[in-house]
Amino acid sequence: MAGSGKAHLRPADKTVLRVEDLTVEFPVARKGTVYAVSGISFDIAKGETLGLVGESGCGKSTTGRAILQLPNPTGGAVVLNDDDLTKLNGEQMRAKRTDLQMIFQDPISSLNPRRTIGEVVAEPLAVWGPFDDDEQWKVVSQMLEAVGIDPGVARYKRPHEFSGGQCQRISIARALVTEPEVIICDEPVSALDVSVQAQILNMLEELKKQYGLTLVFIAHDLAVVKNISDRIAVMYLGKMCEVSESDELYGRPAHPYTQLLLSSIPVPDPTVQLEDAVEIEGELPSPLAPPSGCRFRTRCPLATQICTDIEPLMRRVADDHYVACHHPLVPADPIEYPGYTVEASS
Amino acid sequence: MLVIEDLRTHFQIDAGLVKAVDGVSFELDRGKTLGIVGESGSGKTVLARSIMRLNTGSNVITTGSIRFNGEELIERSAKQMQKVWGLEMAMVFQDPMTSLNPVVKVGRQLTEHLRYHLKLSKSDARATVVELLRSVKIPEPESRFDNYPHEMSGGMRQRVSIAIALACGPKMLFADEPTTALDVTVQHQILNLLAQQQKERFMTMIMVTHDLGVVAGRTDDIAVMYAGKVVEKAATTQLFADMRHPYTEALLHSIPKIDQPKHTHLSAIAGRPPDLINPPTGCSFSPRCPYAQERCQEEEPSLTAGTAAGHQFACWYPVGTPENKAAFEKNLAEGVAVTLAAAGRIQATEELTIDVHINTDLLGGAVAPTIVSGGDS
Repeated sequence: MAGSGKAHLRPADKTVLRVEDLTVEFPVARKGTVYAVSGISFDIAKGETLGLVGESGCGKSTTGRAILQLPNPTGGAVVLNDDDLTKLNGEQMRAKRTDLQMIFQDPISSLNPRRTIGEVVAEPLAVWGPFDDDEQWKVVSQMLEAVGIDPGVARYKRPHEFSGGQCQRISIARALVTEPEVIICDEPVSALDVSVQAQILNMLEELKKQYGLTLVFIAHDLAVVKNISDRIAVMYLGKMCEVSESDELYGRPAHPYTQLLLSSIPVPDPTVQLEDAVEIEGELPSPLAPPSGCRFRTRCPLATQICTDIEPLMRRVADDHYVACHHPLVPADPIEYPGYTVEASS
Repeated sequence: MLVIEDLRTHFQIDAGLVKAVDGVSFELDRGKTLGIVGESGSGKTVLARSIMRLNTGSNVITTGSIRFNGEELIERSAKQMQKVWGLEMAMVFQDPMTSLNPVVKVGRQLTEHLRYHLKLSKSDARATVVELLRSVKIPEPESRFDNYPHEMSGGMRQRVSIAIALACGPKMLFADEPTTALDVTVQHQILNLLAQQQKERFMTMIMVTHDLGVVAGRTDDIAVMYAGKVVEKAATTQLFADMRHPYTEALLHSIPKIDQPKHTHLSAIAGRPPDLINPPTGCSFSPRCPYAQERCQEEEPSLTAGTAAGHQFACWYPVGTPENKAAFEKNLAEGVAVTLAAAGRIQATEELTIDVHINTDLLGGAVAPTIVSGGDS
């Protein structure tokens, strides 16, 4: 893709969160505009985990923050259940924040170093209730226990007394106390060691089942994303490339960019021949002046004239597998563009 | 080419003596690549820096022997080491954002070595550097010469760091987590670049990383470090084919793999790396090991040779042996009481809850208890 289109969206009654034509642009003094996210659409069903992957600078974190209206997106709609968050005023949006929570990348800097763990985790309750200290502590201690932190020991300690993995557990507890429907996890394990990463991933899976959570999981590590996600959306330079059920995406990548990402993963097996892996050329173009047509065409080995002229739209590869590409790697439904016809490729 | 014997680096701090590297020995031949793998705090970076003698300060105690091309480096002062740095040995650091000076143009940072060591003139140094930048695949190297680091992307900056390290043609290159801060696609490019440069220049290389995936296809030998010691060392193919140390096995099992179906339960390693000031008695991995027996908590195993040539590991109950299986079944039969008791040491300090999950992947079908989500993360 690096294209647009909404063919991959599911009926509204089956989804809890729906993002349509989301656009986020940042003005830059004297340089124009950074086109961080340019018209992406996706949806998430209840209890599902959607993985958002892509290189740094592809707009995946911006997308996560735009869902929370931090900052307000430039255009598009973010529909949580039946409410379009972009249309709400400040006070209405504030009331919605209990339903949407976020877990950040750096567990240590996302906790206030001068507060005790008891205060940090109780903060959302202090705003939204229950307002009684004892009741708050009851909820907080249950939540700390759920994430594997001993509440009695942690209550009066401060973040620096905990390791990175423990701090991430505490951040997760803080996100859970308001009983949110959707949690946006922005690279929650990238700052952690492999052994700790496994503990946190296992725990997120268990909490998800226990509390019926819906997760948006943003990460650049494709193996991690595959492990935790039901569906995966691949982003490139502010556009959506491919959306698919995870096993299908890894088994049959349709977008050349997805394939390049997959072949770049270092495999812990010395018998795998490195020469076979395709190396992606060059670096991400500047989001100040994204390429015309398909944004990936400047690095794509399959690019042709049509990729420069026309932005590809989402087309169906299989049920729950859609790709925005003029030259998909696996057969996809044909799609019409005025003046051009794209054959169903083989 | 490089012979390390009983290298120890200890840091004297207020809380006590931190034994960051504690008795490491290995040899490395010319043109070979050694991967050093371990968790944060296992001492892998300190080891690399100790070999280059970059750990200086009155509170650093380094003992043992570092022979490089027959010369002993351990007694050398920083002043004497200056003749080695850049010319003989060079290092590529983890974070390309901070390893370059932000207020100096990259051209000057690149020519510094050449002007100082090789006494090249300004114009000769510039010509050499432009060639060098081209060889590390930086587009339009002439115009990049006058850039500041902030004008470049992370991958580009790491290429510049590599060019700086290669400038004087060192015989030995250290790469300390060279791609950890980079994207997966850029990581692939940088690892290929390092491998290609190593081949062309016939350099010896030590690659430090926490990612078994990074070292798998790109090293000749691997040393796995835990708590300042090498716990297993073997040729790369041998190590992956036949892991003997429980820690190596646990490390590999904890990585999510791309060919596993989604929602595969990961075998996390219980607990956390030990305190290097007061390491546990016996084997330092015993508090986290599913096979640990009483002996592991009392006697420290030493690095001993296995059946395959060059394969060494430090374990009383190495993976794949009948003793290991027996130890495991014993732990299991006792309701993992032994494992839990060992883990209880973590619990005593961390006071965290510990759940026990039964994992059937380990030990080829035998049931292995691993402690998951427990004394921390």
